[in-house]
Amino acid sequence: MIDPAPTLKETASQTAGPYVHIGLAPKQAGFEIFEKNFSNVLVGPRTKGERIRIEGRVIDGSGTPLRDVLLEIWQANAAGRYNHPADRQAKPIDPTFRGWGRACSDFETGVYAFDTIKPGSVMGRRGRPMAPHINFWLVARGINLGLATRMYFSDETAANAKDPVLNLIEWEVRRKTLIAQREERRGKIVYRFDIRIQGPDETVFFDV
Amino acid sequence: MKQAASEYGEFYQRDTSVQPPAYTPGYKTSVLRSPRNALISLQNSLSEITGPVFSKSELGPLDNDLIMNYAKDGLPIGERIIVHGYVLDENARPVRNALVEVWQANAGGRYRHKKDQYIAPIDPNFGGCGRMLTDANGYYVYRTIKPGPYPWRNRVNEWRPAHIHYSISGTGFAQRLVTQMYFEGDPLIASCPIVRTISDEEAIRRLVAPLDRNAFVQFDSRAYRFDVVLRGRRATPFEDYIQGAKQ
Repeated sequence: MIDPAPTLKETASQTAGPYVHIGLAPKQAGFEIFEKNFSNVLVGPRTKGERIRIEGRVIDGSGTPLRDVLLEIWQANAAGRYNHPADRQAKPIDPTFRGWGRACSDFETGVYAFDTIKPGSVMGRRGRPMAPHINFWLVARGINLGLATRMYFSDETAANAKDPVLNLIEWEVRRKTLIAQREERRGKIVYRFDIRIQGPDETVFFDV
Repeated sequence: MKQAASEYGEFYQRDTSVQPPAYTPGYKTSVLRSPRNALISLQNSLSEITGPVFSKSELGPLDNDLIMNYAKDGLPIGERIIVHGYVLDENARPVRNALVEVWQANAGGRYRHKKDQYIAPIDPNFGGCGRMLTDANGYYVYRTIKPGPYPWRNRVNEWRPAHIHYSISGTGFAQRLVTQMYFEGDPLIASCPIVRTISDEEAIRRLVAPLDRNAFVQFDSRAYRFDVVLRGRRATPFEDYIQGAKQ
């Protein structure tokens, strides 16, 4: 089949600006308007999988955390399947798990957090499995086009070593910017994932 | 099933000529918030071609009516307008069930946000945000008050043209887009450093919503038309490359 030539141009992106919370997280902006709100909690009581918290900051080129960033994550369920019709892997869907969440950094500390489960491995291109990972997208004042990256897990050393996407990154030293560090805090599992937009340890961002 | 497979093909490579680069010194905040390394280009996998699916049950009946969704003891002040249009992809196909979220300042140019200190008053009857899902034709519509321009810190005397912020979530996570809609005839558009992050004049023109007289409501509202284009998908079946896929 021949691909049709694209006939329209993608709409140009513009920054989400400093007041992104009004539209995408009005509670954080300081008011109640919608009955149901999107949130940074992806799990319900019956969701299958290991409960984890992801926590971190997004840091600019001066080393200062962004206090006005908005992040979204998209991930597979514990079995490694996305809750989307294009994913037809022979694995179960978890009806309690959409796999999407939205968080804002704290206005004082710049810390963001998600409560979710650790995803399973998803099949990659040409039958090469991808290590468990979570897709990130972030926007803020000063960011002209949303930044896309991935978070991998520090306790998945063997799978990470074979991951086709991590291996695409020519500079091995940069791969570690995508690996979140597992910690145990009062019996809870926390993965620490700081995103550096600029600087010596600049996070790898993808043109997806 | 082949039909379904092609419906969710890989996304076309992004046409960066119509997008702003990350580093745009005229918009000063971008200087420290732009990556210096090249983005790593990734062939789409399931992680990129899939994305969250939203349902009507998550939205309220007034979510797309910014005139009424925060009205407490009266109507918000300002020019009543309707904004409507289609969310399409680069193949000119409708993007169905896309989540469209909008936010904006009030008629005086003030945002209902604890960080906005502009002297213009908060409107007690105006929240400034709304959301909706596109229908089977990719169509969306909402009603609001025309936002005012406002000053911001960049150069000393910098004023944003009136605008409405948009966030669109389509059928795949790689389609995710935020942008801003401007209003036909606004003289502040041409000199705005945020608009100027885009170098392609046609791409800028497409962010400016024309007045749509055919959609005016008599003795009620004027209307603006704003279409959004998300990345298109290839028709090539993708499943061939995925082991263990159900056929």
